[in-house]
Amino acid sequence: MQKAWIEKMYSLIKDTLLSQVVTLWGVFKKLFVEADTVEYPDQQPYMFPRWRGRIILSRDPDGEERCVACNLCAVACPVDCIALQKGEMEDGRWYPEFFRINFSRCIMCGFCEEACPTNAIQLTPDFEMAEYVRQDMVWEKEDLLISGCGKYHDYNFYRVAGKQISGKDKGEALNEAKPVNVRSLMP
Amino acid sequence: MAKIVVDGNEYEVNPNNNLLQECLSLGLDLPYFCWHPCLGSVGACRQCAVKQYRDENDEKGTIVMACMTPASDGARISIADEQAHDMRERVIESLMISHPHDCPVCEEGGECHLQDMTLMSGHNYRRYDKKKVTHHNQYLGPFISHEMNRCITCYRCVRFYDDYAGGTDLSAQASHHHTYFGRHEEGTLENEFSGNLVEVCPTGVFTDKVFSQAYTRKWDLQTAPSVCTGCSAGCNITPGERYGSLRRVVNRYNSEVNGYFICDRGRFGWEYVNGEDRVQSPVQVLDGDSKEMSDDAISALFSKLAEGGVIGIGSPRSSNESNYALRQLVGEANFYPGIADDEHAINQLILKLHKDKAFHSPSVREIEQADAVFIIGEDITNTAPRIALAVRQSVRNKASELAELNNIPVWQDAAVRELAQQERSPLFILSNAASRLDDVAQQTFIGTCAEQANFAFAVAEALEGGTPAGLTEQQQKLLPEAVEALSNAKRPLIISGSSNGSIEMVQAAANIARALSGDEPSHLALMLPEANTMGLELLVGPEQELGAALKRCASGDVQGMIVLETDLYRRAPTAEVDNALSRAETVVVLDQMRNATTQKATHVFPVTAFSEQESTYVNYESRAQLSFQVHQSVTDARPGWKWLTNGNADINSIIKDCSDEAAGFGSLDGLVPRISQFVAGLKIPRQSHRYSGRTAMIANRNVHEPKQPLDNESVMAFSMEGMPAMKDASILGSTWAPSWNSNQSISKFQEEVNGELKQGHTGTLLLTEKTESGVPFQANQGEDASNSDRLTLSLAFQIFGSEELSARSPAIQKRMTDAYVALAPADAARLEISHGDAVALDGGAVAVACIREKISEGSCVVHCGAQINPHDLAGAVSLTKTSESLSGNGLSCLIVSDLCEESY
Repeated sequence: MQKAWIEKMYSLIKDTLLSQVVTLWGVFKKLFVEADTVEYPDQQPYMFPRWRGRIILSRDPDGEERCVACNLCAVACPVDCIALQKGEMEDGRWYPEFFRINFSRCIMCGFCEEACPTNAIQLTPDFEMAEYVRQDMVWEKEDLLISGCGKYHDYNFYRVAGKQISGKDKGEALNEAKPVNVRSLMP
Repeated sequence: MAKIVVDGNEYEVNPNNNLLQECLSLGLDLPYFCWHPCLGSVGACRQCAVKQYRDENDEKGTIVMACMTPASDGARISIADEQAHDMRERVIESLMISHPHDCPVCEEGGECHLQDMTLMSGHNYRRYDKKKVTHHNQYLGPFISHEMNRCITCYRCVRFYDDYAGGTDLSAQASHHHTYFGRHEEGTLENEFSGNLVEVCPTGVFTDKVFSQAYTRKWDLQTAPSVCTGCSAGCNITPGERYGSLRRVVNRYNSEVNGYFICDRGRFGWEYVNGEDRVQSPVQVLDGDSKEMSDDAISALFSKLAEGGVIGIGSPRSSNESNYALRQLVGEANFYPGIADDEHAINQLILKLHKDKAFHSPSVREIEQADAVFIIGEDITNTAPRIALAVRQSVRNKASELAELNNIPVWQDAAVRELAQQERSPLFILSNAASRLDDVAQQTFIGTCAEQANFAFAVAEALEGGTPAGLTEQQQKLLPEAVEALSNAKRPLIISGSSNGSIEMVQAAANIARALSGDEPSHLALMLPEANTMGLELLVGPEQELGAALKRCASGDVQGMIVLETDLYRRAPTAEVDNALSRAETVVVLDQMRNATTQKATHVFPVTAFSEQESTYVNYESRAQLSFQVHQSVTDARPGWKWLTNGNADINSIIKDCSDEAAGFGSLDGLVPRISQFVAGLKIPRQSHRYSGRTAMIANRNVHEPKQPLDNESVMAFSMEGMPAMKDASILGSTWAPSWNSNQSISKFQEEVNGELKQGHTGTLLLTEKTESGVPFQANQGEDASNSDRLTLSLAFQIFGSEELSARSPAIQKRMTDAYVALAPADAARLEISHGDAVALDGGAVAVACIREKISEGSCVVHCGAQINPHDLAGAVSLTKTSESLSGNGLSCLIVSDLCEESY
């Protein structure tokens, strides 16, 4: 009877007290390890370039707007928070007359970046987008457009595409032959 | 019926068609480019390759082009076969070798047949590393953009434009991989149906220039089935809206009416809807100052008007509902048509003829099937363009006949054309100047309205066995030819109309048709000038004349008048209108746009445009069609009936009332679908399932999204939610089917290719009861009033400019001519007038002189446009040169075949 009681007490101590001691030891050990948490905002964490944060519109290497207002980002967006309207420059380029992202709806899924055929829309490592007023989370093109190329440095849609713009005639895009002379009989 | 086996499954098909057409009719996915349901097969693109087996033991099979192979009984084919699939993939790979990588900046992107077919064929990567062939583009006018690099040389454009629509200025040029589709030089595409190139081209070579100015992808457009209000043909269209403005109009398939094609007036004449000239809000004009009206003031005004003593003027461009509401408000005795008196008399005669047992008013499809056509006076290319396109097809029935005799299937387009050469079914045209259909006519007769009517009466007399007297030499030569062609025809068709204001022509047309009618009624198509002329004429009696209404007003007999969507200065002499408007105490004008009449009104109310309201219209053959609301107006505009009933009616109740109360409208109510017809009472969404930007479109105004606008009256919703249209094709705005994003998806909604839409609605004919059987009209041998100084006058119409509302659209304006007076070279020489001179008509209205070869001496043809009130002109005019000039395009946009530009 007594033996059984002793065994019971022993297992109790082993299961409860010992585990607490082990836990305490684990915590105690961490006192001498460098902390994973950072002192945000005094300390800024390192954000990976491919982090899906604040959306920007980039420019091509020549400094022109990359967005051609094709609307693919808008249609890919699962929360429908992108709206834009196509316009056309005098030189023949398409551009967005307005480009609006409602960040209060955005879920940072990155589908827009994936859909973009010109590398114009890109997600950046910036995540600090909180606002006191929700209306301030509606960003227009002026707020979104940056002056650089973002993550993709070389791509220029109009150098590849056959669309003629002033300064780049027919046959001057990548891999294009000179325009055909329809009155010629030569092969 | 024939039995064929496709991939092991047995199907019943029509052996008169080809395999491709039958596969599409069966709902199978088989890629194609050059085949078009209306253009037949030429086997140019090699895209519809399938494997055909001799019998069930044949395991090898041979690859054939489905579009060039008859669906004969016992045919065994495979679409899924690996070799066939591989061939299609390789073919599209070669077609895509020079495609320019510009889908993001292409207006066709997202509704591109080439994109769809590329995906369906399985091609996805360009392996060819040599240079792409490029082409220079051409300027093709204000309607169409050209981007030749995108071409895959399917030849559909020239087959539609030249072979189907009779155009002469688009051609295939150069050869091999340099093939180019364009004009001989830059310039406007002249054909009236050039806009269809946008839909016929499987990729983005020809795109809609007007749409591109405020471009929106197909999936972002809010659409609903609508009806064109450009003329009395009643073509079905799909307008698209985005961000509160109308963006484009495309064809909507209706097997009985327009099929796959509409004219350029319908496709490009909608811009006025977004125009700044729209009436914005209800105003009261007091001593020249306009003051916006409050709701109380409005209901007080309409309550006062309802007390009586007011006359109402209905409109041939208003819906039945608005005209009916006005008639209810003012009473039948006080309701007058906003139609000139002489035209009104003809329209009433046409109504009478509709009820005659001897006649049948043919649909556009039936017009295409006619094997002899006789046109009297009506310039259908300019007054009802879609009918002209149908007539152009009817002359090909001779070719089909020949093909049948020679055992060539009709769908073998190139072979049939080669066989027929210049053989055409007879087409006779009586006109006052050269018409745009002359190139396919067997014979034409040019004369004044009276001469045409007299000749037509003579034809009728000869058909009855008589020997008409008093014919000129030319007429004596023409007469037996016409009589023979008409009496030999199985399905003869007589076309005339009321736009010329000559009742004799319509009477003569009726006489010919009566002479041709036997046990079956003969086909008599009588065109009306505007979209709902028929609907308005059904609501008024012949004795209700606009002139009488204006007289009542001028006499001070009435307290006021309500003018519904009518610019009186286009309908009656200026002096009469001035007089009436100045005497009337209250002039309430309801209209879409500001015009001369709204300027004289005491109260102006904005009414909705065709795309902003649900409404019904009746076309020339008495076909009533329902047009749904596409979008909400951004102004205070309401439908006319909403103002006139003081907001006490909804669309369903007003249509029900009109159907119950108005004679002839009995079947109108049946047009309106009931929500209970649909699964679980779900509404039909106006927005596509991919509609984008909902949470951002208006977030700049307020980030808190408002509830979607509710539509309590219609079965359609301003939303993406509900039962998609594909489940109920009777409400089919925009066509889309899985894998088929382009308009070619229409085959998924048809019972069979070129057939009716599944569960589809083609409209309801209102005048089906034939009660009367009339007697032939007596020829009225009126003498020509012309003498040496004065030229007999008849009116000319222009597809761009003659219709009031479309003429306010910027793109149409670029194609409009100034008011002109056309005359024969001899008359011009006598009067010392050169082509392009400004001349005054009877010292008043100014028009540009236009010298034309094919016009009879001693007569002139005047195009008025918005610059001249035709009712101010006498039956004969004198012309004098003037130093005044018109500010428009001059004659640069006039497209006729018989211009003599050299001076006298």
